Amino acid sequence: MANEALKEKFQGRIHEVAIGATKEQGGTRRSRIVVGGENGLPFHKFESDAPHMPVIAMDVIDTVRVVPEQLVKSMGPVVKDPVEWAKKCERDWGADLCVLKLQSANPEEENRSVAECESLVREVLKATSLPLVVYGCGVEEKDAKVMEAVSNAGRGERLFLGQAEEKAFKSITAAAMANGHGIVAFSNLDINLAKQMNILLLDFGMKPENIIMDPLLAALGMGLEYSYSVMERLRLGALSGDPVLQMPIITDCSCAWAVPEALEEDQAKGKPELRGVYWETLTAYAAAVAGSDILIMRQPDAVKRVRAALSELAGGA
Amino acid sequence: MPSAMEIYKLLPKKNCGECKSPTCLAFAMQLANQKVALAACPYVSPEAKATLEESGAPPIKLITFGPAEAPSKLGDETQLFRHDKTFYHPTVLGIIVDDAKGVLAMKAGIESAKSMSFERVGQMVRVDSVAIRHSTGNPADFLESVKLAASSGLSVVLMTEEPKLMAEALSLCAPGKPLLYRATPQNLDEMAAVAKGCGFPLVIGGAASIDELTQLSERAKKAGLADLVLEPVATSANLLLEDMTLVRRAAIRKKLRLLGFPTLSVLGSSNSDEAKAALGIMKYSSVVLMEELPREFVYPLLALRQNIFTDPQVPIQVKAGLYTVGEPNDKSPLLFTTNFSLTYFTVRADIEKSRVPVWLLVVDTDGQSVMTSFAAGKLTPEIVQKAMDTQKVKEKNSRNEIIIPGQVSRMSGKLGELTGMKIFVGPRESSGLPKMLKSLTA
Ligand code: B12
Ligand code: SF4
Repeated sequence: MANEALKEKFQGRIHEVAIGATKEQGGTRRSRIVVGGENGLPFHKFESDAPHMPVIAMDVIDTVRVVPEQLVKSMGPVVKDPVEWAKKCERDWGADLCVLKLQSANPEEENRSVAECESLVREVLKATSLPLVVYGCGVEEKDAKVMEAVSNAGRGERLFLGQAEEKAFKSITAAAMANGHGIVAFSNLDINLAKQMNILLLDFGMKPENIIMDPLLAALGMGLEYSYSVMERLRLGALSGDPVLQMPIITDCSCAWAVPEALEEDQAKGKPELRGVYWETLTAYAAAVAGSDILIMRQPDAVKRVRAALSELAGGA
Repeated sequence: MPSAMEIYKLLPKKNCGECKSPTCLAFAMQLANQKVALAACPYVSPEAKATLEESGAPPIKLITFGPAEAPSKLGDETQLFRHDKTFYHPTVLGIIVDDAKGVLAMKAGIESAKSMSFERVGQMVRVDSVAIRHSTGNPADFLESVKLAASSGLSVVLMTEEPKLMAEALSLCAPGKPLLYRATPQNLDEMAAVAKGCGFPLVIGGAASIDELTQLSERAKKAGLADLVLEPVATSANLLLEDMTLVRRAAIRKKLRLLGFPTLSVLGSSNSDEAKAALGIMKYSSVVLMEELPREFVYPLLALRQNIFTDPQVPIQVKAGLYTVGEPNDKSPLLFTTNFSLTYFTVRADIEKSRVPVWLLVVDTDGQSVMTSFAAGKLTPEIVQKAMDTQKVKEKNSRNEIIIPGQVSRMSGKLGELTGMKIFVGPRESSGLPKMLKSLTA
């Protein structure tokens, strides 16, 4: 049988979404990252076109509280200073994007003020030139104020703000729309919820090219199989023509570091530092194979491995 | 399975009733529903029988190799995507030892493969196989290692393209039913003769394209071989993905019998090969053979395999009930958790670290984690209380206190009311349990 007969063509295509704005585009980023645009299953280059490779966004957290000890060791003291951390992502670790997580705004933790969050965003924007995604702390009332300030601080930069959730999306979406930023639409491992979230945002007036969706990545060993299948189904739905599923997918692979098995002491499983790197590598690689367009990652060695693996998968090496 | 009408066309149409169905048509309908066996009709022609057996066979043949106690099962898959039903037979993972490195290194390699065996969420996950390869080394070393491998308990793959050496090797490990690697367009006839002689499955590969692989499969079939494993091109990750996908589609969507066999990928040991091994697991390799790899990689790879091959309908779970950790008495602490395997084994391991004996009540939440079942209403104070009653917890434990997962602190009030017990809200992560348990019993 000729190969041709086995190839599959889809009518749907994923939206192209641009993150960040250069000087000409009204911002100060060194480049603009575009994701999406594919009209076939992930890396199925033999039967579809995929104008953009998945990109790697490295995360920067504004509190070292949530960073496991082993990471503080392997990544160095920079993780104690978000601005230095972001610079490192850009200069040494080869990130395509940066995701700044404002977790310390959480009223039940450090409860950092809106003004402090805003000034951190300004500093990161000044010190680096990667396109930027900014996540709030996940507490709705606080995020409403934080995100409004972030949106203003990043005017012109075409940030992506996260995360819009079913029960808490209006204020953050309004904040994004106010300054031409994009939004990250979160849903919980369920294709109908993902769809519902996109519909809510579209009805609210958000344009599809301003939405990327996060269907929740469960790490390797923590329910990865659910995420893998949800993403495959989302992608198949989008490709077979469902317009409200044709958004690029973003997944947070740094969740691998929260898996006890990744870092536990157990000689039979080798050294925890290296095992952790593989844990994040395989989590991210699986996410990409299932359809993720943007991989949020943390550990520089893992980033290197994933980048090389994806470029080979895309036929580059 | 063909439809009732397709089957009916092939039946003798005597309507004699000897099959215990009143008519041939009735019999055909029963057959289509797999309620009866074709053998019940004494009059079917051999040709009809062959046709029916072939069209009723699964799209990808089940191939088994390895020792009878722990066989490696390949193929018999029916889906392209796991969410459509499930993937049945986890990719068999094997470590290659090569005679270029000498017999001592080969021996070490076999030992290392044997040691890659772990318990994870209540299941054993391990490197299943060892592949003994003759390349540039001494055939005597190769044969020596085959003998060692035969008694390793792992399933064995014999890797040589020399038919004579293959015949010699397989006689050294025949009771363990090795997999023979491989026949190529160059050696197919001789290798097929060896495989036919012993009846063990044979890998066919070395073809430059899927078309050529199909032709090779046809030649093997003509040579009388029924148990094949296909090796599509895997020189780079993108080719591996393409060929594996097309072969799987050909077998499942087009019912192409010549490609309806399990698949195999032979990899090296670079970072790129590690990624390909993961890809093979996700994208249709039935067997992945790798050169020696760090255990820091093997363990997460085995976790990936376990994840991908979990039945999407049924989470891996443990039986609900009252478990003991250590030897608790009626004053020992009591805790509860859910019956999701991942949750149970994580919590149990953390309790064990404390060395404090406890009672652990495992509540039936349909195999869901603490937060998932709580959000889904499958872990309520009422359900916990009922589990306590059914398990007669109070008869065994008089402490009248229960430690609950920190993530469901919200249920403390109600649970206290229902059970009359004192509620201790535990840490959110069970990793905090050793500290808590030690302070409780100090
Ligand atoms: C995989 C997953 C699923 C899988 C289910 C997997 C399974 N078999 O349980 C699926 C896709 C089915 C699912 C579904 C849903 N999920 Co869900 N899911 C997850 C996910 C990603 C991982 C859960 C997991 O496996 N954790 C690992 C286990 C080991 O954790 P655990 O059971 O909590 O145990 C730990 C602690 O609780 C503690 N612990 C456990 N027992 C004990 C006992 C004691 C005494 C102590 C002290 C401690 C302790 O220690 C353990 C190790 O640290 C989480 C998010 C996340 N990353 O955590 C969301 C999450 C749990 N899900 C959530 C939700 C809302 C749902 C849904 C309701 C959403 C929906 N789509 O409708 C459904 C409900 C299902 C239904 N209707 O039947 C929410 C819960 C939100 C909340 N705060 O209430 C979460 C937190 C995601 C989120 N951020 O929104 N989910
Ligand atoms: S025994 Fe065979 S021929 Fe007779 S009724 Fe049954 S199917 Fe028909």
